[in-house]
Amino acid sequence: MSKESGPQPSAGKSAGLSFYMRILWETFKISAFTFGGGYVIVSLMRKQFVEKLGWIDDKQMLDYTAISQSAPGSIAVNASILVGYGIAGVPGAAAAVVGTVLPPLVLLTLISYIYKWFIGITAVRCLLLGMQAGVAAVICDAVITLAQTVWKQSRWAALIIALGAFAAVGLLSVNVMLVIAVCLLYGVLVYGRKPSAKDQEVHG
Amino acid sequence: MKILLQLFWSFLQIGLFSFGGGYAALPLIQEQVVTLHQWMAVDEFADLVTISQMTPGPIALNAASFVGARMAGIPGSLFATFGCIAPACLIVLALAWVYKKYRKLRVIEGALRGLRPAVVGLIATAAITMFSSSFFSGSGASVLIPGLASIGLPGDAVDLCAVGSFAVCLFILRKYKISPILVMLGSGIVGLIVYSIVGL
Repeated sequence: MSKESGPQPSAGKSAGLSFYMRILWETFKISAFTFGGGYVIVSLMRKQFVEKLGWIDDKQMLDYTAISQSAPGSIAVNASILVGYGIAGVPGAAAAVVGTVLPPLVLLTLISYIYKWFIGITAVRCLLLGMQAGVAAVICDAVITLAQTVWKQSRWAALIIALGAFAAVGLLSVNVMLVIAVCLLYGVLVYGRKPSAKDQEVHG
Repeated sequence: MKILLQLFWSFLQIGLFSFGGGYAALPLIQEQVVTLHQWMAVDEFADLVTISQMTPGPIALNAASFVGARMAGIPGSLFATFGCIAPACLIVLALAWVYKKYRKLRVIEGALRGLRPAVVGLIATAAITMFSSSFFSGSGASVLIPGLASIGLPGDAVDLCAVGSFAVCLFILRKYKISPILVMLGSGIVGLIVYSIVGL
């Protein structure tokens, strides 16, 4: 998938200041447009860091999302720390966090002085409602691609887990942490022991 | 100085004890900001929630900047924001290190393989929220399709502008390697024009 095959920062040689600034700028852009919660930023990050830049892969993005969800704090900040660290270690994580935090920090500080006026602007409401359709499309795009990734890995088991998690959290309002715990346990018990669990799952 | 440390400490607790992000953090923020310290009245807090929906970023960070700035200006928003992200920075950085070092272990690999499909399902739940608020916005661009509400959908009136721009956006995202930000901006501008004409 890595078309552009960006700088390989793990060795540390090419990870100069300009590369950290690039990470900061990428997360800044993403954060500035993250309306509607943590999974939106994950969808945006996937599009940018996996598909466009090829700095990480889809599996990593899914793992980062699971870890972000399980750790304290907001998914946006947690995911940016993980992505930044995955790309360029601790300085990468720092750059990614600064980029993620800056847009809400600056915007909300400004708005706190004029918020009565801001809430009343009809044009802002029209723009935001319009953007929600685009956000829904970004999420669906991410779900389609990620579903293909997990299908390749675990076939029917993946489909059942994905639909089960979706129904449990989205329709039945089951606690997210409970769903994560169950799936983690399932993974450890079913895939965690045998040396080649991969081939056995294909039968479904 | 005292207020800065109080802001830092309050939002540190919010950052540390809010799991799962998003609106799960809301009761915690309310407890610290409204009940415990009385930095805001309840109706101001409701305004903050509205503003959070209108601005980018996680709600805990929005609250930190907003409350911090109102109580102590720019230093206030900096201290509150830093408090809010400090626990995550330490904990998640440690997890990131563990992940990088041990993800090839069979147990960890197995656990992650079980988790990944669940994450796909969780991301899909975010689409439900977006669908129900944009497709069923009740704006002037809606048409009535009787019977939708009775099969469990949020309403009978479907927003044609939202459905149309969703379809176009998804097509563009699947077909071209374009920045999702541009796609979202595009649908925002369409919304700005359409909803300004037909009404919200």
